[in-house]
Amino acid sequence: MITISHLTKKFGRYVALNEVSLEVQRGEVIALWGPNGAGKSTLVRCLLGLLPFSGRATIAGVDVTVQGKAARRLIGYVPQEPALFDDLRVDEAALYFGRLKRASTDEIRCMLDDVHLVPHAKKRVRELSGGLKQRLSLGLARLTDPPVILMDEPTANLDAAARGELLADVERLRERGKTVLLISHRPEEVRQLADRIVTLEAGRIVRIDDSRDAHGPMHLATSHVTFERDEPLVRPHVEPAL
Amino acid sequence: MISTVTAKEHVSFAHDGPRSGATDLQSSRAVARGGPEVVVPRERLVDLRTLWPLLQRELRDSLRNKWFMLYTLSFGGLAFALAYLSNIGTGLAGMAGFGKTAASLVNLTLLVVPLMALTMGAVSLSTERDRGMLGYLLAQPVSRIEVYLAKFLGQGLAFTGAIALGFGVSAVALARHGLGDGALFLRLAGLSVLLALSLLALGMLIATVARRSTSAMGFAVFAWLAVTLLGDLGLLGATSFLDLQVKDMLVLSLLNPTQVFKLGSIVGFDATLDLLGPAGLYAVRTFGSWLSPVLVGTLVLWILVPLTLGALLFARRPL
Repeated sequence: MITISHLTKKFGRYVALNEVSLEVQRGEVIALWGPNGAGKSTLVRCLLGLLPFSGRATIAGVDVTVQGKAARRLIGYVPQEPALFDDLRVDEAALYFGRLKRASTDEIRCMLDDVHLVPHAKKRVRELSGGLKQRLSLGLARLTDPPVILMDEPTANLDAAARGELLADVERLRERGKTVLLISHRPEEVRQLADRIVTLEAGRIVRIDDSRDAHGPMHLATSHVTFERDEPLVRPHVEPAL
Repeated sequence: MISTVTAKEHVSFAHDGPRSGATDLQSSRAVARGGPEVVVPRERLVDLRTLWPLLQRELRDSLRNKWFMLYTLSFGGLAFALAYLSNIGTGLAGMAGFGKTAASLVNLTLLVVPLMALTMGAVSLSTERDRGMLGYLLAQPVSRIEVYLAKFLGQGLAFTGAIALGFGVSAVALARHGLGDGALFLRLAGLSVLLALSLLALGMLIATVARRSTSAMGFAVFAWLAVTLLGDLGLLGATSFLDLQVKDMLVLSLLNPTQVFKLGSIVGFDATLDLLGPAGLYAVRTFGSWLSPVLVGTLVLWILVPLTLGALLFARRPL
């Protein structure tokens, strides 16, 4: 569903992504893992056509640089901090982005209902809490049922309850066969949701693990953070950098 | 250690080709093994179904913008005041002769409209970029050309409304006293709209080049100074120091949209352009009855060139 081939992205002399190649199958949930500056968000931005790069990336065979608009119609995007035009009301924002995605009015109404935002429909987006904003963002990403969902640290600014709700939503996406590329710094999320864990360091893929492999994801505990295996929603203890 | 990437997913394409009654979304299909069909859309670079909601939001954002409202009310208020007060010294009951009011409106337009258009054009794009809203918008199924064009058209419509308001209140004030030349008034309003659109396009080009909204604002104010104040001084200075020929003076004038607007407006009052000295006379002698279309065409070029350049740059620059 997602094919990335020899993708290189440079900012001046700085190489943010170096010859990255990856194939993601339909229905797979892939977690991008790695320290800050590893190139995870840059990879997502390249797939969205926000950054030019060398190499090739396709979504369902559609080249993201040649047919960016068509490729983006196959993608739902959930950013870390949704910038949803804060002056719009929730229903206006839903209608606006829904129209851009060619969603019907019924689909938009159902989406607001699905993400439990109908009681907040007349509020300005800026009046929503971080969790409600992220719920709206996920709802918008799911409009018109795109086969691919890209999530860039969607739970980074959420409290435990909001994070749990969002993770449950992602779990439902997986059950519905969506292909999900998820960036997260939380090992418990990664282990709970991902089929494979792609570790990036300094712009390169350094390993790809199957999350069900008993030994595979253990590097999550040793490289950057430690976590309690059976406490999926507990914030990990971050080791000080040496 | 890099693990092996899993086996390729087999995705095959069955291009349906154009079908009678088929929508764009039905144009081609990618079928993944063992899963439901993925409909691969065929998209136009500019699609009215996408452009329209983008344009509506731009228009609404402009009308909600406090600076835009301040500019509009100032322009409308000053235009009305000019119509009412400009001949008060003659002892008439307030209303100026139409020609004098129109000339005052030209000067008001030359001062206010470029400032409005340049700053609003420069700030709208760069502010959204700074706040991350542009990135989120461009992550949607829209093309950058559509976003840029919608921004220009939406703001352009708002400016057209603001100028119509300014000239409208002035016209109403004059009409109540039986003064006015409707054709000339419409000509001035039309030229003002073209001037606003050309400088809006220039402002948006500045926003595309500048990295931050503060820089964009700085460049826009400098551009305003350059086209309004320094334009006249530069023309005078260049003529004196470089000993320019009349033809060169005319060419230099056409390189500044405010000068083109001024020429086009004055042709409306005085077809001989002797007010403008040798350059004006040369323009009339060279273009004759084609002078007005040439000036309007130049203003249209002043819209299209920066708009095209800005859109191309915006489409290529990383966000």
